[in-house]
Amino acid sequence: MSGELAIRLRGVVKRYGAITAVAGLDLNVPVGTCVGLLGPNGAGKSTTMRLLTAQSIADEGELEVLGFRLPSESKAARAQCGVVPQLDNLDVTLTVEQNLLVFTHLYRIGRAERREAIERALRMANLVDRREAKVNKLSGGMRRRLLIARALVHRPRLVLLDEPTVGLDPQVRQELWALIDALRSEGTTILMSTHYIEEAQRLADTVLIMSHGSAVAAGPPAELVLEHAGHEVLEVYGPPARLAEVESEAGAAGMRTRRTGTSISILGAEGNGHGFEGERRPANLEDVFVLLTGEEIA
Amino acid sequence: MAEATTPRLGRLERPALTGVLVREVVNFSSFWRSSTFSSTVEPTIYLLAFGFGFGSLVSRVGGFSYVEFVGTGTVATAVLFSSAFPAMFGTFVKYQFQRTYDAILAAPVDTEELVTAEALWIATRAGVYGCVPMLVAMVFGLNPSWGMLTVPLIAWLAGFGWAGFGIMVAGFASSFENFNYVVSAVLTPLFLVAGTFFPIDTLPTWAQTLAQLNPLYHCVELVRDAVFGFEGWADLAHAAALVAFGLIMWRIAIYAMERKLVD
Repeated sequence: MSGELAIRLRGVVKRYGAITAVAGLDLNVPVGTCVGLLGPNGAGKSTTMRLLTAQSIADEGELEVLGFRLPSESKAARAQCGVVPQLDNLDVTLTVEQNLLVFTHLYRIGRAERREAIERALRMANLVDRREAKVNKLSGGMRRRLLIARALVHRPRLVLLDEPTVGLDPQVRQELWALIDALRSEGTTILMSTHYIEEAQRLADTVLIMSHGSAVAAGPPAELVLEHAGHEVLEVYGPPARLAEVESEAGAAGMRTRRTGTSISILGAEGNGHGFEGERRPANLEDVFVLLTGEEIA
Repeated sequence: MAEATTPRLGRLERPALTGVLVREVVNFSSFWRSSTFSSTVEPTIYLLAFGFGFGSLVSRVGGFSYVEFVGTGTVATAVLFSSAFPAMFGTFVKYQFQRTYDAILAAPVDTEELVTAEALWIATRAGVYGCVPMLVAMVFGLNPSWGMLTVPLIAWLAGFGWAGFGIMVAGFASSFENFNYVVSAVLTPLFLVAGTFFPIDTLPTWAQTLAQLNPLYHCVELVRDAVFGFEGWADLAHAAALVAFGLIMWRIAIYAMERKLVD
């Protein structure tokens, strides 16, 4: 095992025909930390997740998970990983408890510990009262919690979360954040892909911003913000023609800008307005995200 | 370090097979009624329709009463219906719609183990359901014999091959519609020229030769001989054909699913 890394990727490339989904990705996930893979749709986050369980095989590069080389030793790595997929793949006609039972077998938990593993997972997901309920009778939030609990029955050392809160209400999302945070505080290593900036900012110790299949920036969220967007942002509002003007003037003055839809954000504007009128606000990770991954949707 | 002592996990491990089988057994507990109903009623209808409808025209076929002839022949039909079809549709649904296989392959289970366990499970169901027509025929006058005790085994063996066949088809198919070609062009002809409803020696020679390549034919013959008395080398050849069918389908099914599940 290389030092303290739970995941180590070097120069990983994955192509699908003419499309290069992952283009020379380097990724470090130190043991005991939560790393967020942040990127727009199509940046290669899900492909990266599939590479880590050897459900995709890389064309180039080195991959190590928990000290095991992929894909040859992937099975040993998978035995100690928990995977929460982006798309729900629970057995919907089974009960909550039956779903967990199946996974205690798939993850080779001994007969003596099976009962306790299921109880622990039920408690963690706050589904103790719903153990007899069929999955197709659960709410979306409960299903997600069960999906996470299912990945934890064998106390994995590493948990892979692929877009854990995509398509859920803010209330449900907060509930899941609490669950993930509890996991993190127990010292479980987590790799989480997301395109929700707030999620990455709240949960991740380190964020890796992906664009077009490779990493464009990596670091703790606060440092990334400071480095790329400064302390403060000036948002200038106006009709589209005016916004285009502001954009080119600020660009000419050597300032970084990004579009915010209804306004132009001038980054790193602390103590200096350059003559523009607008609203000041603290710089955030979204500024960095849009700046680095591009404003146009490909 | 802890991971240095972790044994390298091998191929076709029992815990992996067990894990997939447990999932099937637990799921089966929620739909065994409908599954058993259709697997029992279907061959019974064939038996009654052909046995009594046709049986009133032809009383004896190949030295047997027609009910005896069809009752043993439809064991192979029941095996086909309870293995090839669930394998085709079940695999496709689990892959495409329920994404079950994504969840299983994220656990320490490889495609080879997944396919093997699925085929073993379907074969076991076919081994049980395959006996139903024979039991129904017994109600209508088929005499018990010791050889009948080997019928579940024959049904299991043939079921394993058809399960592999179904998984293979699902692995190569890009949509549900593709199954129509397989059912019309492969399964229906094989089903009709297997010696189930009429002896194949009434067919032209070329068709008889082709029948030798039909696993259903070997299953029908082996079951009939098990019930009415084994015939030595001929039955060994039928059994060998079923074993070969099973092994070939099993390996191709694994290949097809690896292509589909791992990119």
